[in-house]
Amino acid sequence: MHLKYESQLREPLVYGSKTYHDVTEDIVRPIEAKPSKLWYIGFYIAIALLLFGVYSLYRDVTYGIGQWNLNKTIGWGWDITNFVWWVGIGHAGTLISAILLLFRQGWRTGVNRAAEAMTIFAVMCAGQFPIWHMGRVWMAFFVLPYANTRGPVWVNFNSPLLWDVFAISTYFTVSLLFWYSGLLPDMATIRDRAFTKLRKRLYGIASFGWNGSTKHWQRHESLALVLAGLSTPLVLSVHTIVSFDFATSVIPGWHTTIFPPYFVAGAVFSGFAMVQSLMVIVRKVFGMEDYITMGHIEAMNKVIVLTGSIVGVAYLTELFMGWYSQNKYEGYTFWYSRANLFSPYGWSYWGMMACNVLSPQIFWFRKMRRNLFVTFFMSVIVNIGMWFERFVIIVTSLYRDYLPSSWAVYYSPTIWEIGFYLGTFGLFFTCFFLFAKYFPVIAIAEIKYVLKTSGESFKDDMDKQELMKAEEFAHEYAH
Amino acid sequence: MAKKKFVVGCFDDEAVLFPAVKKVRTAGYKIHDVYTPFPVHGLDHAMGLRETSLHTAGFIYGITGTTTALSGISWVLTYDWPLNYGGKPHFALPAWIPITFELTVLFAAVGMVLTFCYLCQMAPFVKKHHFHPRATDDLFVMVIECTDKTNTADLEAFLSNNGAMEVKTEIAEDGWWFGRYDKDELPFEQKTVVA
Repeated sequence: MHLKYESQLREPLVYGSKTYHDVTEDIVRPIEAKPSKLWYIGFYIAIALLLFGVYSLYRDVTYGIGQWNLNKTIGWGWDITNFVWWVGIGHAGTLISAILLLFRQGWRTGVNRAAEAMTIFAVMCAGQFPIWHMGRVWMAFFVLPYANTRGPVWVNFNSPLLWDVFAISTYFTVSLLFWYSGLLPDMATIRDRAFTKLRKRLYGIASFGWNGSTKHWQRHESLALVLAGLSTPLVLSVHTIVSFDFATSVIPGWHTTIFPPYFVAGAVFSGFAMVQSLMVIVRKVFGMEDYITMGHIEAMNKVIVLTGSIVGVAYLTELFMGWYSQNKYEGYTFWYSRANLFSPYGWSYWGMMACNVLSPQIFWFRKMRRNLFVTFFMSVIVNIGMWFERFVIIVTSLYRDYLPSSWAVYYSPTIWEIGFYLGTFGLFFTCFFLFAKYFPVIAIAEIKYVLKTSGESFKDDMDKQELMKAEEFAHEYAH
Repeated sequence: MAKKKFVVGCFDDEAVLFPAVKKVRTAGYKIHDVYTPFPVHGLDHAMGLRETSLHTAGFIYGITGTTTALSGISWVLTYDWPLNYGGKPHFALPAWIPITFELTVLFAAVGMVLTFCYLCQMAPFVKKHHFHPRATDDLFVMVIECTDKTNTADLEAFLSNNGAMEVKTEIAEDGWWFGRYDKDELPFEQKTVVA
């Protein structure tokens, strides 16, 4: 049963005394206004990065991936590091919209739309890396199981790399459907109040003729709930499967049974950090402080300190197992190649430890969780740390393998390898800037839905009911 | 696709809407639909709509995906082109779990969304009649279908007495057609917004 109102102990999800119409006005305003100078500057920087990425890829395709500093020993370098990093970031959106929906976490309404969009863009960026890493990218379609004239010779369904193909493409498709089906009613809201012909026409196409019928809402809610139920195991499976790329191998440092939960926790960790980075900016630039409240920021910081600590436990477990297994190769990887600060890549391990495990601990303090500057700073630090984590896992496990004669010299990326990475930043932010301009960054209908149970002014109205005697309350409200 | 006559009552509060829905139904009128800006809980029950079976459809799509994955992979790896991967059995069920799971989710999600669009008759370029442009903003719009015997004036008065802030009678298309929204009247005055 729907609650009459929420406990006074909970912070309101929407501040100010707002009507339904005010909610529409507040959220649609940035779409109907001309973009600010800041928007243009950000957008052009993103486009410039994107173009640099395209040029880097042009070189990659023309000259081969010898353009990158990969070699026989370090066959996965920045490229796959960046892939895992982006996929990890792409986990927060679906976690917020699906898992928190099933857990009935009301605060998700303020941030889910933007987080889902961020997820989709991050997965788009992630997908670039394995595709261009193939080298002969025009043969990328060979990963698909289709009846061909080569036998047919099929793909290897037992390979984790193929599982990845299915996992990432399914994840992208389902996230996109979830996001867009949730957007339909809001697109209709923008369409119906549009005052230019072009906007009316385009949002008319985009809203699929939505009209808010009760029967449609009933189906819409059922759809959202089932998609959430499907996405919940899906989001856990995706990073589990990404971790299988490593865990099913026999490379010391990768051959680890704790990888799936450890990767999932890390993904949530970095994803929430990215949501924080974007939300702190969005709420400021668009003046959405009433909808993305300090309560939202604090809730996400709590998730960050929790998942950061889970990741920390995983790091320590790995070190312990490196010693306890008494396996020389494991011991060498964990205690020499990683934990020894003075080994060639020791700096990356300790960078990771400092950023991911030590620094997020400041979020045990409420004052820090509710400090915008600290939140933004930490969200960037966490994502740097999570990039280091993937770099540590990939490079420090590979650069000294079983055969000392094939040990690699120090690996550092070329400008084109870095350029490709910067290019995905360009892609991500180009998409995000366009999203922020043309789409409602907050789910309008969902905010209206919680407005009368969790809005500030409506909660205050409930004071007199709090003071009623039980009999009076029953007389008034029981049916 | 037929033109019908409707009486429209607009409410600005769901607390007023609920009793009105009840009274309209008891009085014997047929509610065509109620258009709301967000899902109003319990309204479907109040209107006497049956539960949706969309989730059952989702389940069927899901097991279709499971079956497709399992039968496809086992056909490929045990019959069509059995390859020896490191001496492992051809029928390697545990290794197929990830792809089977992913296809289950994919089929269920895509199937459900398409079914949803089909049931609600929604697609790009589809247009439907609007009884009130604020139905997607802040109004709850109750639409009652008229029969030959309906006295529209009475019904309008009845709705007003039950809290409707705006009532009107309209002859409108009740289905969908391909069309553009920019031919509509613009509901709000032109305004200039400063960022």
